[in-house]
Amino acid sequence: MSRVTPCWLGGNAGVVLPWRIVVTVTHAQRRTPKVAKTNSVFKKAVMAVSGIILVLYLIAHMIGNLKAFSGAESFNSYSGWIRTVGNPALPGATALWIIRIVLLVAVVAHIWAAVSLWRQAKRARPQGYVTKKAVAQSYASRTMRWGGVIILAFIVFHILDLTLGTVNAEGFDSEPFDRMLASFQNPVVTIFYAIAVILLGMHLRHGIWSATQTLGQSNRRREKTVSAFAVVLATVLTIGFLLTPFAILFGLID
Amino acid sequence: MPLELFNVGEPIADTKAPMDVPIGERWSERRFRGRLVNPANRRKLTVIVVGTGLAGGSAAATLGEAGYKVKSFWYQDSPRRAHSVAAQGGINAAKNYRNDGDSVHRLFYDTVKGGDFRSRENNVHRLAEVSVNIIDQAVAQGVPFAREYGGLLDNRSFGGAQVSRTFYARGQTGQQLLYGAYQALERQIAAGNVEENSRTEMLDLIVVDGRARGIVARDLVTGEISTHYADAVVVASGGYGNVFYLSTNAKGSNTTAIWRAHKRGAYFANPCYTQIHPTCIPVKGDYQSKLTLMSESLRNDGRVWVPKERGDDRDPRQIPEDERDYYLERIYPAFGNLVPRDIASRQAKNVCDEGRGVGPGGLGVYLDFSDAMERLGRPAIEAKYGNLFDMYAQITGEDPYETPMRIYPAVHYTMGGLWVDYDLQSTIPGMFVIGEANFSDHGANRLGASALMQGLADGYFVLPATISEYLADGPFDKVDDSHPAAREALEGVQQQTQRLLSINGNRTPASFHRELGQLMWDLCGMERTDEGLRKAIDRIREIRQEFWTDLKVGGDWHSFNQTLEHAGRVADFIELGELMCIDALHRRESCGGHFRAESQTPEGEALRDDENFAYVAAWEWTPEGQPPVLHRENLEYEYVHLAQRSYK
Amino acid sequence: MTASMQSSVGNPGAEKRGMNLTLRIWRQQGPTAKGKMVTYKITDISPDMSFLEMLDVLNEQLILQGDDPVAFDHDCREGICGMCGVMINGQAHGPQQTTTCQLHMRSFADGDTIDVEPWRATAFPVIKDLAVDRRAFDRIIQAGGYISVPTGTAPDAHATPVPKADSDAAFDAATCIGCGACVAACPNASSMLFTAAKVTHLGLFPQGQPERNDRVVNMVAQQDREGFGGCTNIGECSAACPKGISMETISRLNHDLLGALRAGARPKS
Ligand SMILES: Cc1cc2nc3c(=O)[nH]c(=O)nc-3n(C[C@H](O)[C@H](O)[C@H](O)COP(=O)(O)OP(=O)(O)OC[C@H]3O[C@@H](n4cnc5c(N)ncnc54)[C@H](O)[C@@H]3O)c2cc1C
Ligand code: HEM
Ligand code: HEM
Ligand code: SF4
Ligand code: F3S
Ligand code: FES
Repeated sequence: MSRVTPCWLGGNAGVVLPWRIVVTVTHAQRRTPKVAKTNSVFKKAVMAVSGIILVLYLIAHMIGNLKAFSGAESFNSYSGWIRTVGNPALPGATALWIIRIVLLVAVVAHIWAAVSLWRQAKRARPQGYVTKKAVAQSYASRTMRWGGVIILAFIVFHILDLTLGTVNAEGFDSEPFDRMLASFQNPVVTIFYAIAVILLGMHLRHGIWSATQTLGQSNRRREKTVSAFAVVLATVLTIGFLLTPFAILFGLID
Repeated sequence: MPLELFNVGEPIADTKAPMDVPIGERWSERRFRGRLVNPANRRKLTVIVVGTGLAGGSAAATLGEAGYKVKSFWYQDSPRRAHSVAAQGGINAAKNYRNDGDSVHRLFYDTVKGGDFRSRENNVHRLAEVSVNIIDQAVAQGVPFAREYGGLLDNRSFGGAQVSRTFYARGQTGQQLLYGAYQALERQIAAGNVEENSRTEMLDLIVVDGRARGIVARDLVTGEISTHYADAVVVASGGYGNVFYLSTNAKGSNTTAIWRAHKRGAYFANPCYTQIHPTCIPVKGDYQSKLTLMSESLRNDGRVWVPKERGDDRDPRQIPEDERDYYLERIYPAFGNLVPRDIASRQAKNVCDEGRGVGPGGLGVYLDFSDAMERLGRPAIEAKYGNLFDMYAQITGEDPYETPMRIYPAVHYTMGGLWVDYDLQSTIPGMFVIGEANFSDHGANRLGASALMQGLADGYFVLPATISEYLADGPFDKVDDSHPAAREALEGVQQQTQRLLSINGNRTPASFHRELGQLMWDLCGMERTDEGLRKAIDRIREIRQEFWTDLKVGGDWHSFNQTLEHAGRVADFIELGELMCIDALHRRESCGGHFRAESQTPEGEALRDDENFAYVAAWEWTPEGQPPVLHRENLEYEYVHLAQRSYK
Repeated sequence: MTASMQSSVGNPGAEKRGMNLTLRIWRQQGPTAKGKMVTYKITDISPDMSFLEMLDVLNEQLILQGDDPVAFDHDCREGICGMCGVMINGQAHGPQQTTTCQLHMRSFADGDTIDVEPWRATAFPVIKDLAVDRRAFDRIIQAGGYISVPTGTAPDAHATPVPKADSDAAFDAATCIGCGACVAACPNASSMLFTAAKVTHLGLFPQGQPERNDRVVNMVAQQDREGFGGCTNIGECSAACPKGISMETISRLNHDLLGALRAGARPKS
């Protein structure tokens, strides 16, 4: 294959044609973006599996929280139980730490996958549209990322508040139940919890369906069932988590 | 015949088919006698394939897999977009899966007869033989043909055939077959056997020492004009129906590749044979850019009619039964609405010419489903034709369930093309032509579902076998840009490109294209007359003159310039249009898609003149200013006996 | 590039049969040039025109005015080749779930302003104006979107029956025309629906089984390599797809991929 060169045209019956070599970016040349090291579907699977672990934890956590309705004793003993479960076979708070480690790993993996896909998406479309309409996208799916960030911020605060007591009026050396009361008797904290929990509910509404899809388990037949399941589970969790704080706020638990 | 329009040259004949054995053995005998290229040598042989439709795509994939070095060219971004993708109806094959009496011989017979006895028996027989392998190949590639509940392939009957031999994939058979070939091609590209040149348009053929040795092509994105060399060139650039501007072809479908090859010495056979399809959505306004085919299958349940009175512009639903003229049922009681394409088209034209056409401009006839809806119920109609009705509604904004569809004939397929012998080799040694671009198998009329069959037969099975006979003499001497013939071709393209850009007149390429198309449609369309054709030739010559003095193409050549692309194609269409009219003028008989008003039966049917015209007209290009030269290839019918078609 | 930002074309004296519209079209000279939206007024547009015919009218006028016509891709103009495709008012292929060439002006009202932009994705670099390079799709197919069957080696077509339900589902997936609307519409610029359609099509056939694991692993690796985003199951793709390729295909791809990874299939480097 040859390029057009002007030299042949000299002898061309005196016609001087304005051919010149143009250096254009050939259409084969593209700015190849940095290659993702791990494939995107794998990342999504990590996100789905870690998400499911988190969901399972949340179910248990919600049930634990609801023990607040049966009084401080019951709640604290649940809290104590979780620290000593498996004793004496497992020493001290082993079970709790196993759970904590699993949760930590899940959260880190979940966030790693989320952030990495987020960045991949940014690289995939550096220049956005002047006008863009969302057609199928639900509010829930649109808020997965920023919603996730808020949930993360919530978790950090929540641990500082109720587990470590660092930001809690009662401090670290108190009983969990008292820490909880201290927090939720404050409307500002309760509202913050409520917002986070509602966001979490939406995250799960889309997340549960999405995880099914990511793990390749959804299909047209199951579509309805999966969606319904996601809605029900997300709603139950949201309400379940909201009950305790509001009950405390309104003085139903004290 | 007036001498100023053309000259007559030596007759031409195919010499490749082994005539010493019976027709059923000729293809295997040809393959046996042909020389082979040893696998180790194939890597040293380069083949250029222009086009990635069913013909070019399957050929490039197969040649690549066989070990040749293939360079593939197409003008779209992806090979998957070749216009074969648009074929709806289906593909024929003599599988006889229905046990309804089909056979290779019957498919052969139907095709020769359907072509109105203007095709070559040997080629058609081979096509019928190979048809069965195509289906096997496609199924193995994963082409999702329609199946029955038992898991086996479904068939339907098509285009008036008496057997069910048409395989289909809903209304998207061409698309699915093309994707099969496309995937095979991409696999060879990935394997490094095929070099891809997307958005690259062939603009000339390089002939060195009498052999086709390469092409000049323009990269449509960068504008770069470059040469590409090979030991053989295969052209599979599709049909040239866009000479009529409005057709069912894609906007980019063109004659450029074959026309420029014609100007390099390849004979052009039967250019005037065009197929006009009766069931298309009619033209709406002068902005119309394209016509859309509605599958022929609609005529199975729809009834065609026009008002009895001229100028009756009442809502069709208000026109009482006895004021309607179901003209096909009236004229052809035996076949009714199911007469072949050429006949249905011509009758639609006749009633519109009488002023009884409906819709804007009076160019349309009704295709009415109200009887069928009553008989079968709307759900049945929806199940059968739902996608077509939706398409119609989308385009016209009318609901065909409520009011009759309007249809009108449109140019659809070109039976003519470059002349090839049994090996599919053109009159330029080393240049092979396959698919719709050649003239080979359909005579004066193509039957439904047989173009897909031909394209894939050529590409998968015939060409890869016959080309080895030619390549066995290779590799040929190396050619590069220093060769005078190559330089001349390259410079010619550069000059023409520059010329198109520098005229800077007042008319766009589209305006010339539209004018040419209208002229061709009026005077070289469904009905042709001596007088009209002469008028057309004169006018085309003027259009050509005006084109080269009044054209306006903006921009430059060294960038993506779609107006420039279009201008180059229109320049070729104008020249081709003239040859088509000359061909139509010289063929003073009617046959298949070619209807000469002077040659009809008393009832107004096409009247062949086998005495004088049982030949292929192969046209030779002569230098500027001289009339083209006609070479006749006589057609002998050993196995199918000449008979007049009748559908009454 | 047109000299003025505001350039009025059309036939002002023409009898008002049709619509008058304001078009804001993305103009970009070449792959590396900077682009911008340019406003055009266009008059007397018939509601029966297709969207591309409307652009033809604009272009004819631009050419005669000595301006650069708007580059846009198209070929079949009947919704099957997949060559056309632009963002119209923020929706891939415009307000109807069809191809751009099948969109008609009756979907708009007199006086509308219509924004027209190219598909935007790193993997689809702009060639000029509204035309983009979608060959990344072909390279995804090259990575495994086929069944290896050398010509002439196929068994009889009836040798392997295929349940009708599978065959029909495969057909549904196989109708993808490779237009790229899914990528354009996806907030992540992910090509997942396109890849999933092919994986689903071939994976449903017995013929597609031998290469099933390698196919999915390699095709997904290639789409990441091309610079497409990852899919987070948002569903904009399927809603924009003119052929209605379903989200189920994505689930199938995921299923196949995870299965293939478990079975030890790894992408070719
Ligand atoms: C709407 C429609 C419906 C049809 N339905 C049926 C049917 O049901 N059954 C049937 O049997 N037949 C049907 N046909 C006919 C059939 O589809 C075509 O005849 C056949 O597909 C042509 O295939 P091809 O490979 O020869 O050309 P095409 O598929 O047209 O391919 C042409 C190729 O050449 C390339 N090309 C063209 N010019 C150049 C150039 N200058 N430089 C470089 N590359 C070039 C193009 O990029 C393309 O890749 C239909 C046709 C139409 C238009
Ligand atoms: C820590 C902060 C969090 C962030 C940043 C985050 C972010 C994300 C993102 C971006 C997604 C993918 C979006 C999508 O699929 O559309 C996602 C999915 C998901 N998240 Fe989270 N999330 C967080 C916390 C959680 C928590 C606490 C849970 C569960 C209790 C959870 C459960 C899920 C589930 C089940 C999915 C679906 C996985 C999938 O799509 O395959 N996430 N998350
Ligand atoms: C609004 C209702 C909630 C209440 C009343 C509540 C209550 C508590 C309490 C009391 C603890 C401390 C337990 C202990 O120290 O023994 C705790 C721990 C924790 N909660 Fe919540 N919680 C709520 C919601 C949530 C939500 C929505 C999440 C997750 C998104 C969450 C995640 C956690 C985590 C990760 C811990 C730390 C567990 C550990 O490591 O010990 N909680 N919660
Ligand atoms: S999946 Fe749909 S939107 Fe995407 S390329 Fe295929 S046809 Fe176009
Ligand atoms: S919109 Fe995008 S995120 Fe996935 S489901 Fe479709 S590719
Ligand atoms: S131009 Fe072919 S799909 Fe629109």
